[in-house]
Amino acid sequence: MNTTAKEPVWIPVSTVSEFPEDGGVCAKVYGEQIAIFHFSSRNEWFACENKCPHTGDMVLSRGMIGDSQGEPKVACPMHKKSFSLKTGACMSGEEYSIKTYPVHIEDGTVYIGIESPGTQG
Amino acid sequence: MKRKLVILGNGMVGHRFAEKIAEYGGTEKFEVTILGEEPRRAYDRVHLSEYFTNRSADSLYLSPSDWYRTNGIRLLLSEPAISVDTVSRKVITSAGTELPFDELVLATGSSAFVPNFEGVDKQGVFVYRTIEDLEKIMSYAKQVSKVAVLGGGLLGLEAAKAVLDMGKESHVVEFASRLMPRQLDEAASSVLKSKIESLGVRIHLNKETKQALGDSSFQGLDFVDGSVLEVEMLIVSAGIRPRDELAKNSGIEVGQRGGILVDDELRTNVYGVYAIGEVALHKGMIYGLVAPGYEMAEILAYNLCSPGQKTKSYAGSDLSTKLKLIGVDVASFGDALGQTEHLPIAYTNPRTGVYKKLVLSADGKKLKGGILVGDADAYSNLLTLYLNNVELPDEPESLIVGTPSEEGSAFGSLPDDAKICSCNNVSKGDLLGAIRSGACSDLKGLKECTKSGTGCGGCIPQMNSILKEELRAQGKVVTEHVCEHFKYSRQELFQIAKVKGIRSFEEMIRTHGMGNGCEVCKPAVASIIASIYNEPIQKYREIQDTNDKYLANIQRGGTYSVVPRIPGGEITPDKLIVIGQIAKKYDLYCKITGGQRIDLLGAKMEQLPDIWKDLVEEGFESGHAYGKAMRTVKSCVGSTWCRYGVQDSTAFAIRIEERYRGIRAPHKLKSAVSGCIRECAEARGKDFGIIATEKGWNLYVGGNGGVNPKHAILLAADLDEETCVKYIDRFMMFYIRTADKLVRTSAWLEQLEGGIEYLKDVIINDRLGINKSLEEEMNNLVGTYVCEWKDVVDDPEKQKKYKHFINSEDSDPTVRFIEERGQKRPVDWPKKELVSN
Repeated sequence: MNTTAKEPVWIPVSTVSEFPEDGGVCAKVYGEQIAIFHFSSRNEWFACENKCPHTGDMVLSRGMIGDSQGEPKVACPMHKKSFSLKTGACMSGEEYSIKTYPVHIEDGTVYIGIESPGTQG
Repeated sequence: MKRKLVILGNGMVGHRFAEKIAEYGGTEKFEVTILGEEPRRAYDRVHLSEYFTNRSADSLYLSPSDWYRTNGIRLLLSEPAISVDTVSRKVITSAGTELPFDELVLATGSSAFVPNFEGVDKQGVFVYRTIEDLEKIMSYAKQVSKVAVLGGGLLGLEAAKAVLDMGKESHVVEFASRLMPRQLDEAASSVLKSKIESLGVRIHLNKETKQALGDSSFQGLDFVDGSVLEVEMLIVSAGIRPRDELAKNSGIEVGQRGGILVDDELRTNVYGVYAIGEVALHKGMIYGLVAPGYEMAEILAYNLCSPGQKTKSYAGSDLSTKLKLIGVDVASFGDALGQTEHLPIAYTNPRTGVYKKLVLSADGKKLKGGILVGDADAYSNLLTLYLNNVELPDEPESLIVGTPSEEGSAFGSLPDDAKICSCNNVSKGDLLGAIRSGACSDLKGLKECTKSGTGCGGCIPQMNSILKEELRAQGKVVTEHVCEHFKYSRQELFQIAKVKGIRSFEEMIRTHGMGNGCEVCKPAVASIIASIYNEPIQKYREIQDTNDKYLANIQRGGTYSVVPRIPGGEITPDKLIVIGQIAKKYDLYCKITGGQRIDLLGAKMEQLPDIWKDLVEEGFESGHAYGKAMRTVKSCVGSTWCRYGVQDSTAFAIRIEERYRGIRAPHKLKSAVSGCIRECAEARGKDFGIIATEKGWNLYVGGNGGVNPKHAILLAADLDEETCVKYIDRFMMFYIRTADKLVRTSAWLEQLEGGIEYLKDVIINDRLGINKSLEEEMNNLVGTYVCEWKDVVDDPEKQKKYKHFINSEDSDPTVRFIEERGQKRPVDWPKKELVSN
């Protein structure tokens, strides 16, 4: 999970049951598009920006998730470049990287941690 | 104050030099001016002949129009230098401008050498050097039908092809007794000659021209041997002459036979004056290739920008060349002609048009050069052995005869510092280091770790050999594993799924794999399960490849294209109107595809279920244009309409398309049916193609028009419809069962031991005794077909998956279109920064 200096503000997005298992969805959080993945086979949740840093298209939530040497990742559906869901680093040897966000589950609701809401839209 | 750097010549080398100066920060230090004689900025002369077909200088330019300005370099076009004053140190241009310099770089290149025979100045004689030359050639060619090219070297043969492409009778006239006399020996030339002649170019060797025929305009060539060639136009490509006249007149020293003399640091005899590229004479050599010029440009720019540091010197260049001439592979390297003491080994196969020669050192231990014609696959391996001066295996002929076995390859003996990837400067040692550290154990990983193989890709075969050799040395079994999560090949996974009745990815990875899977193994298992059970693929949505997951093709902007099935390309006016109406309703861009269907592009994700609903209601179904599945069956109108058609190809194409629709395979599959041998449906460019004969149908397999176009090969002739379908059933299922992931039928057939003869034995003679089960499996797939779009249209739960946001009904606000030719298209992706290497 992402560590930030400040404690993030937690924004509720949807209920757990709305998320496909081992798949992703896109949520609108204060004007930003955030891809959220329910990595059920690892029993983990991840979130990152929805934007492919290479083409600028809003598609990462539609990518396939998996792992490489145990590191959880998502493969961009445009050209299959993989990004670590933990750090956002590109794992296909490119210089691109993506922003990641912390996810928190409470009482069946999925929350995304945003540093300062309202300023990023 | 900045020093003044003047570059004479804005060709490929002059431009590269300017680029390198900018890259090394030289524009901080120098005020740079570059002069060009042509009216346009530097362009790619190596690919000049492409101008014949695309007529676009834009695609040839080496830099964007504002590159010079952006980089603070002053560019003067149509303004050549007319003299250089080496005492007061200034250049005078044709416009009378005086340009003082501290450093002067001559990159004036070369001009076409025109032999001096009588009448060479007649109207209709051209040289082949600049875009302006090509424009003159094209304009004059309109009035002629027969054209000769003088010169059988690289450029001459290229020009001859361009002539052929213009629809003219094409002749090549060469003074020497062979083609490409500087690169090829007699035997190689003769193989190349017959290949080129079979394409329609006529070759005349040993021809010394006496004079040109005709009054004012050129009418042909009169040769010293008494023969005559009647043609109406002549393109001279007989070699180059260095453009050294400026130097000569300014007291800069030139060689006896031309070319500006330079030392290892590219300096001329005048202080602060340098020469690079085709005008430079280094150690008696003038290089008529761009690569050595680029190398000189790089070295000189480095030296000028890094004073005080160690300078680089130019050690001469290797003259290796590999190219595809009129569709024929030709490669030559090192001492190809065996001009020093040597031991030659040659292999000729006139049937296939292949010639290979190795020039070995006298003791047979080292490779000194070689020639490959017709099949140059071994080139990069051989070049590596040559450049690294490696000791050869005991039977060096194994390098060119047959397929060299991996075990016996000479790469074990390559020194660790041998350069493997020249694009990214990666040595064998770098590769071994990456493999031994455990950071990578396959080609993909090796590319990521080392960058090797990510440039031109020419070194990938060597990377593979080194990788496999090293893995074997470590005692690892080298197999075609799907990926790190499964230690099985696709074929093995297929058998596992079938025998154990595995129906989900989760079950497969839990019982036979490790980890969480990835974008490689998930779709592979999804395809296997679909090929065995044919369940609606939306059931396993999250393991489907992007396009299968959304049952449409993802395109720029993250929008989708929708392609309804139009079997055999036959469609009623009413249905055509319906497609138009639906396209209009959703504002979709329309295009006829190469497979006789209609592509509807620009659909937003949340529109997909509605578009499908409208299409399904009107009787359309999914065309599976998105899947690794059976796609289209193209057809001509056949005997129904065509005056040549001998069978009803449209009806048969529709039957074939409906039979195999939606079937999942290791790769996409395409087919076509032609109604006669004229082949208007291009059936031999398909995975399986059918061509009508007077007696029935000929079935061809293993073709495609993809990255490596292949003609399909005849499997069986004169079949009746039922037998033809039966054979296709067997062929497709055998392919689906045994091919590796993402391997098309052409590559699969090539890798199949025994090739087409073996395949015939399996499919026609039931050699493996599996035909009954293949047919049953196919019948099962055909019988369980469901339109995947309809599956979504009928299920509101599935439609929910097509919302862009989980928590909002909005569509993606970042998707933007612009108008082009009356329809919309997505805006371009952001341009990458200009990266110079």
